[in-house]
Amino acid sequence: MAGLAKTFGSGAMTNTLEDIAESKCIFAIGTNTTQTHPVTGTRIRRAVMNGARLIVANPLEIPMAKYASLFLQLRPGTDLALIMSMARVIVDEGLADMTYVKARCENFAAFAESLKAYDLDFVSETTGVSQEKIRDAARMYAETDPAAIIYSMGITQHSHGTDNVLALGNLALLTGNVGIRGGGVNPLRGQNNVQGACDMGALPNVYSGYQPVTDQQVKEKFEQVWGVSGLSTEVGLTLPQMLQKIDAGKIKALYLIGENPALSEPNIKHVTETLKKLELFVAQDIFQNESTVSAHFILPAQAAMEKEGTFTSTERRVQLLNRVVEPPGEARPDWWITAEIAKRMGAKGFNYSASADVLKEINAVTPSYAGITPKRLKSGDAPHWPCPSEDHPGTPILHTRTFTRGKGFFAPISYKGPAELPDEAFPFVLTTDRSLFQFHTATMSGRSAALNEMWGRQRVRISPATAKELGVADGDMVKVSSRRGEAQARAMVTPKVVDKIVVMDFHFAEANANLLTNPACDPMSGIPEFKVCAVRVQKV
Amino acid sequence: MKDISLTINGCDVKVRQGATVLDAAKAAGVFIPTLCHHPDLKPAGQCRLCVVEIEGSRGLPESCATPAEDGMRVMTDTPRVKEFRQQALGIILDNHAGKCIECPANLDCELQTLAAEIMPIETKQLAETDNPFFRRDYLRCVQCGRCVRMCHEIRGAGAVIFREVDGEPRVGTAFNLPLPETGCQFCGACVDVCPTGALTFIQPIPKGAQEIASICPYCGVGCRLIFSVVDGRIKAARPDPAGPANLGQACVKGRFGIGEYTHSPDRLVAPLIAKDGVFTPISWDEALNRVAEGFRKYQPDEVAVIASAKMTNEDNFVAQKFARAALKTNSIDHCARL
Repeated sequence: MAGLAKTFGSGAMTNTLEDIAESKCIFAIGTNTTQTHPVTGTRIRRAVMNGARLIVANPLEIPMAKYASLFLQLRPGTDLALIMSMARVIVDEGLADMTYVKARCENFAAFAESLKAYDLDFVSETTGVSQEKIRDAARMYAETDPAAIIYSMGITQHSHGTDNVLALGNLALLTGNVGIRGGGVNPLRGQNNVQGACDMGALPNVYSGYQPVTDQQVKEKFEQVWGVSGLSTEVGLTLPQMLQKIDAGKIKALYLIGENPALSEPNIKHVTETLKKLELFVAQDIFQNESTVSAHFILPAQAAMEKEGTFTSTERRVQLLNRVVEPPGEARPDWWITAEIAKRMGAKGFNYSASADVLKEINAVTPSYAGITPKRLKSGDAPHWPCPSEDHPGTPILHTRTFTRGKGFFAPISYKGPAELPDEAFPFVLTTDRSLFQFHTATMSGRSAALNEMWGRQRVRISPATAKELGVADGDMVKVSSRRGEAQARAMVTPKVVDKIVVMDFHFAEANANLLTNPACDPMSGIPEFKVCAVRVQKV
Repeated sequence: MKDISLTINGCDVKVRQGATVLDAAKAAGVFIPTLCHHPDLKPAGQCRLCVVEIEGSRGLPESCATPAEDGMRVMTDTPRVKEFRQQALGIILDNHAGKCIECPANLDCELQTLAAEIMPIETKQLAETDNPFFRRDYLRCVQCGRCVRMCHEIRGAGAVIFREVDGEPRVGTAFNLPLPETGCQFCGACVDVCPTGALTFIQPIPKGAQEIASICPYCGVGCRLIFSVVDGRIKAARPDPAGPANLGQACVKGRFGIGEYTHSPDRLVAPLIAKDGVFTPISWDEALNRVAEGFRKYQPDEVAVIASAKMTNEDNFVAQKFARAALKTNSIDHCARL
């Protein structure tokens, strides 16, 4: 998200899901949409049925490749080279929308200069994609209007993920595809309310609505509304930084709500040891998990279907949750538990009697959510933010006239590959994937007998040639090791994987890919490089 | 005259003297199937479909002919009752013409309605059970092609197709492969559009259930689903055609993956404290006081909060306010990066 905030001034999908159907060309890179966002996959399908061209770039032969006009099967971690070389082809062949570039963007000259490093010989060699295909993709994207970019974690989960996003922003600016129907740059968010958690300021640098904590006026506004003094203007720690500081004994108390870092972060063996160092560890969740077992207190929360409140979807749409069933035992809403702790610490301003009271406060302090009131949502409306007043229709497409930051920013980018490349000791590249039948660490989906029947265990996916090289047959037990740890699981030999690549998921505690992954982080977004690390594979 | 108090399935109900157990059930809003009973006629006890279990009484008395008594505890839907009713109805159906479609009372027949209510779903003709989500019974297929077109036009999976069998187009899979090998995403859209019983869910959407719409808790698409709730439990979920993000579509996780985790016996149901490596339940009051007291001891740079992308906006707002206003730190984050 940091990347889009830099280029356009707002780190969210520029367009809506509905909008995808109006696109004439869809460039889907680093997203296995039909598996991870299946219903959005249907939107892409609809567009293709209506004649849109689809360009798929992915290291794996994902199901969408079947109906793509162009499928670019690139090496893991080389997306940046591919995207920048497409930009170079567009500039070199005079396909850029220079009217748009001149009127609405800045820093083009410096960006154009940085493209010189991406000649097709180098890029084709690096990515494993033919020069012809790169040229075709660039032309198709530039010459078909409107063209949309869709991406997901395959772009961001790299040590240079922000650069990848900046590069996609460049591509869209270059072709005048931002601020129009059927165009845009659209990151598909993984979790149901990851957009909302960011919007609400569950981030170390901003209050709700991306109001910076470092801004003195913002600080004073919140001090006044909340009736407190001494709010910090110092940016706080990101999750990976928190873990480092806990490890170093600097952070001594942690309030962990609804997350499981001991399974979802890279190098999980170390995370588990780290959490044990805390003096006070309060966990709040609907289940015990690999992290909560180290807690001193565990507070039982209500599950989504037992709650009232709102979720903000990947397309910035705010929707009302209804209580479907009553909670079990003494489980309570998360906001209630947190507010009760605050009150008992003597803090002011936590007297809410319902989740709608909290939303009213959100409306009052968050300009982009000001018009998304409980009353409006109750009437059946589900607007896209920014929605500054109750009579504002919401904003399906961002940056239509100007960018949130004023002008669209062209970012010059020098090439960076993955932080860890294969070598003699660890000759294969491990990349992570997700199953259609499981979600994240499978806390929810893993309790469904039917879903587990379809995908209930780790499988180490390798190509037939790699299997032959290793002397491994389908179903054999293999040991995968990296510089951080090892995991054992059965091999699955499939032609959908490129040679020398190993694919695993992080759904299950058993043989979790994150025993192996590299905690090297993107310096701007703090996202770890889940998508590439070097491993060794041996038959057991 | 004094009213009689009794319970039907655990719910209290009051009726006048002279009322039957069947009357009491009606008063409590509990459905008991009847066939020979008619309100204008005296009870006959002929069909035996209205049997119930009454605590302390042997056998299964007919509710139409049993007077309600004070303190009676009646159960209308125990496994024993259900099995008996199925047997009784089975005998009736064995002696019945059966061909509903040719009958003048078709679709306006009490027996037909009761059979749908009481009898287990007939699965004898099943052709394919190659997945845990739905059945394909092509003997009931009318080759309308709705499922084929849905799978191709809307979902893009192309898992169900028209194939040629003896020169005739027949719905099926390529090379008659099992569904899991066809690229099927098990989204259930084909089942939704099937006009007959050719495609059915293994866990059927219960009739007469309470229906409540809410938002799917899995990915960021924000599909609105309609949940069927029976006895306070989610029995099925289906996509809401009016859901603005999903337009009547859902995925396998939203449709089949929500009820089991929500109602899992592993759910945390009381605050716990770790004592010598063992988690022991404590009261909310004690837990909250001790946690609050604990956090008070630390400086702003010694504490951190991790919130969750699974929680609501309101939950996250309060979490960041807690970090900033109560703990005086900006060290709050969540798994946006994963």
